[in-house]
Amino acid sequence: MLKNRIIPCLDVKNGRVVKGINFVDLKDAGDPVEQAKIYSDGGADEICFLDITASNENRDTIYEVVEKTSKKCFVPLTVGGGVRSIDDINKLLNCGADKVSINTAAVQNSKVVEDSSRKFGSQCIVVAIDAKRKDDGWEIFTHGGRNPTGINALEFASKMEKCGAGELLVTSMDKDGTQSGYDIELMQKISSIVNIPVIASGGVGTLDHLVDGIKSGASAVLAASIFHYGTYSVNEAKQYLASKDIPVRI
Amino acid sequence: MDVTIVDYKSGNISSVINSFKEVAEDKVNIEVTSDLNKIKSSDKVVLPGQGSFKSCIDGLNSINGLIDTLSEFALNNKKPLLGICVGLQMFADVGYEEVETKGLGWISGKVSKIDNQNGKYKLPHIGWNQINIVKNSKIFKDIENKAHMYFVHSYEFIPNDNSVTAATTDYASNIVCAVEKENIFGTQFHPEKSDKTGLKIIDNFINL
Repeated sequence: MLKNRIIPCLDVKNGRVVKGINFVDLKDAGDPVEQAKIYSDGGADEICFLDITASNENRDTIYEVVEKTSKKCFVPLTVGGGVRSIDDINKLLNCGADKVSINTAAVQNSKVVEDSSRKFGSQCIVVAIDAKRKDDGWEIFTHGGRNPTGINALEFASKMEKCGAGELLVTSMDKDGTQSGYDIELMQKISSIVNIPVIASGGVGTLDHLVDGIKSGASAVLAASIFHYGTYSVNEAKQYLASKDIPVRI
Repeated sequence: MDVTIVDYKSGNISSVINSFKEVAEDKVNIEVTSDLNKIKSSDKVVLPGQGSFKSCIDGLNSINGLIDTLSEFALNNKKPLLGICVGLQMFADVGYEEVETKGLGWISGKVSKIDNQNGKYKLPHIGWNQINIVKNSKIFKDIENKAHMYFVHSYEFIPNDNSVTAATTDYASNIVCAVEKENIFGTQFHPEKSDKTGLKIIDNFINL
């Protein structure tokens, strides 16, 4: 039976791990390579790196981090943040990333998703959707949640599936950093309209939130703070999910 | 001993390289090349594969003499060869991803899209799934039945002769996920991404 995945995410800035509250007020806490190794040894099903300030700063540090991590961690590694072009994707994959997540570039030019999934295979193309609730649904934002687009999140999700995305990483901007749980309705809606796996993200504060995320229809749950600050270990999270009859790899 | 990972621009093979180097340490020389003479002289060959069936076959064809060299290595000289993911799928006679494409024909069978029962199952089949070991394959030495392996694929290899099947996994239906035919081995899952159990499979292959 296919297991539900738990994916710890590490926000990386200038080659160091940080985790922001609502994308601001960053706190520095560690070496990403070491952190990733702790996670993979602890049973993480995948590791995700998000290069949070990549859009405006020198990106070369992330390549080095990916290269070092991929020599030590033998579970899938997803890298996102500031990925603009086929060339960026190629570079990250060559450094040892298994999947690349694309956010702003996918919104600005969906051809990047079409071309990259054709060139590298859908399996390594993840489209990251940052969505914020509006009266009539959810709107997607780009540039690390800074820029509104006026685009409906559900329509965009379907479009990305058609363009060849292998997975969707869906983050609720309203919930991110609040530790009050995923935006369940958003996860349900997107999971039900696309036929590719959805990774739920943004808002995890307790282990029950992970349970709710899986029950919403997501194939995987992503969390940063609860693992990063040691509130729970990945293994504790898995044991808890298993105790709620959610299939996980233990 | 020399183990060659065939580099034919089939997408991302850095994880395959990293995992083999991790397991090999200094005992085994890991080459990453498309050089025909190096492939001929190596003891074992790894055929990775990412992207579509067609793009991988096109990749092999783009290097003059590569398919003949691999066929000679595997079929005539009967030296160990491991196909991973689309690397395994290409053993088939024919694949149906994008367009009907002729495969290597080393293990009779076809590669078709997983029947997801009208959307009941999401595709690609991504994540950790358990393998049912149905044959005592040499690459499964010390691997427990129902061990978890990492999968990413939308197409499955359907062999004509079930005796080549070494393991299956359950997703929408019973999917063949490992094959063994004499010296030819293949895994649909990614041992290079399957943590310690995956590395053990790589170790088993290196130590054949």
